[in-house]
Formats: sequence, structure tokens, C-alpha cells
Amino acid sequence: MNWGSAQAFFAMGGYAVYVWGAYGVAAACILLELWALRRRRRTVERDLSLREADRNPDGSSGQT
Amino acid sequence: MAINVWKYASPQTFYPLAGRLVPWFFALAAVLAVTGLYIGFFVAPTDFQQGDSYRIIFIHVPAAWMSMFLYMVMAGWCAVGMIFNTRLSFMMALAVAPTGAMFTFIALWTGSLWGKPTWGTWWVWDARLTSELILLFLYIGFMSLHAAIDDVRRADRAAGLLALVGAINVPIIYFSVKWWNTLHQGASVSLSRSPSMAATMLTAMLLMSLAVWMYAIAVSLLRVRAIILERESGSDWARELRSAAA
Repeated sequence: MNWGSAQAFFAMGGYAVYVWGAYGVAAACILLELWALRRRRRTVERDLSLREADRNPDGSSGQT
Repeated sequence: MAINVWKYASPQTFYPLAGRLVPWFFALAAVLAVTGLYIGFFVAPTDFQQGDSYRIIFIHVPAAWMSMFLYMVMAGWCAVGMIFNTRLSFMMALAVAPTGAMFTFIALWTGSLWGKPTWGTWWVWDARLTSELILLFLYIGFMSLHAAIDDVRRADRAAGLLALVGAINVPIIYFSVKWWNTLHQGASVSLSRSPSMAATMLTAMLLMSLAVWMYAIAVSLLRVRAIILERESGSDWARELRSAAA
């Protein structure tokens, strides 16, 4: 085991800013990408539902 | 047991297949990342020269490899699309581009945070760093050019051409540390000789590389599904898919 304590782990031998700055931003990028993708997916699904509604103005499509 | 691969060149048949594969690749990515990070932070020893700042390597190198690899994948799909005129190929290229750009940014960002404590500077205009920055601009250019042209078929071809011409940059990045005198160090891992780093460090780095690879596949498949729905939204099967899978 490299680290005597949790503090030692988070201090990263004095390089905390660099190491956690690198991993933190990488994690943020990944979360941002997943969130953006989810939004894109929702948008296209809503768009498809709207088209469906246009084709069946009487609301018989079963879609909401 | 002959599987007809061409069958999956159609967006309609590829869509459900991609959906089934996504969770597996995400699961693989998660397991590999947890194992890689554990070995990287808790098993691999502190470097005697760089201290613990070297631990950035476990994200920096995998991200940099992935940035170049995904560009080649993207350009490859563009080439396939231009030669065989297959719709799905350009959708795959478009699905890979944002993830490639993201890994390029991560490689640049983590490299900068590594450069400061080891070289004493956030950035230098040396060959490796500059060509990697150009890679980011190529990704952004590819996506912007595609978005700027209304006619999808023309957008595919124009952006595809840009991607193919830009592919020349990838070997330049890779060999830049050999061809020019750079501040960036040379490759520690290559196919032609044994790696010049400790076994635990190498293991962690390779596990993280596999993790980002699996993640890139999962995310690209998710994105290509969204693109298929966007592009085929006029067709009956897309509407049926939507109704069936909702």
C-alpha cells in the first residue's frame, strides 16, 4: 500500500492540484458527454412522437 | 454458421444490435477502469524522479492513444462511406467524432497539468503538442463542416473529405517525438521493444487504455443510435421502433 492515510492519498505527494485536476476534468468531460447524449436522445424521441401525432391528429396513435 | 455481415450495414438492422451491445461495453469499461485505477493509485509505487505527479499517465496516455485511434476509425468510416456509398458508414463517423474530440481535449489538458510540475511549463509549441492541438481542430472542423451543410449527403461527402485529408496528421503526431527534437518524451511503450517502465505502472496504463476503448465503443454505439433515429425519422421503421421500444 502506498498511502499511510487518506490525507496522504489526497495530497498525492504534493501534486494534488495536478493529479486531481487531471482526473477531475477527465471525469467531468465523460459525465458531460453522457448527459449531452441523453439530451440528444430525448430530443429525437420527442421529435418522433410529434411526427406521429401529426400523422394521427385524432390521437389514435397510442402515443402521448 | 455463416453470419451475413452485410446485413448489419443497414441502419434498420444495426439499430437493435447496437442497443444490445451498449450495456456490455459500458460494463467492461467500468470493470477495467476500476481495476486500472486501483493498480495505478494503490499498487504502482511512487516514481523516484517525478514523485506522484506521474500518476497522470494512467489517464493521459490512454486518452492520447484513443484520440489518434478514434480519428483513424472516423476517417476509415468516411472512406468506406465514400467508396461503397453506405449510409451507415457516415453515421458511424459522426458518432465517433465528439468522443474523439473529447479524448483529444483530455490528452491536452492532462498533458498540460503534467507538464507544469515536470517541465515547468503548461504549454510549449513543440511538434507533439502542436500536432495534437491540430487534431482537436480537425475533429471540430469535421463536425462544424458537417453541421454547416444542410443537404446531408453533401455534408457527408464534404466532411468525409476533410477527415481523409486530415488523417495525415495522425502519423505526424505519432512520430513527432522521433522526427523532431521535442520536449515531450519518446514512446515508453512500442511494439518493437520491451516497455521502459515498471510492470505495475504498465499494467495500470494498459487496463486504463482498454477501459477508455470500451467506453468509446459504448458511447459511439449509443450516439449512432440517436443519429439513426434523427436521420431515418421520416421512415416507418423508425416510428415503429420508437413505439415498440418506448
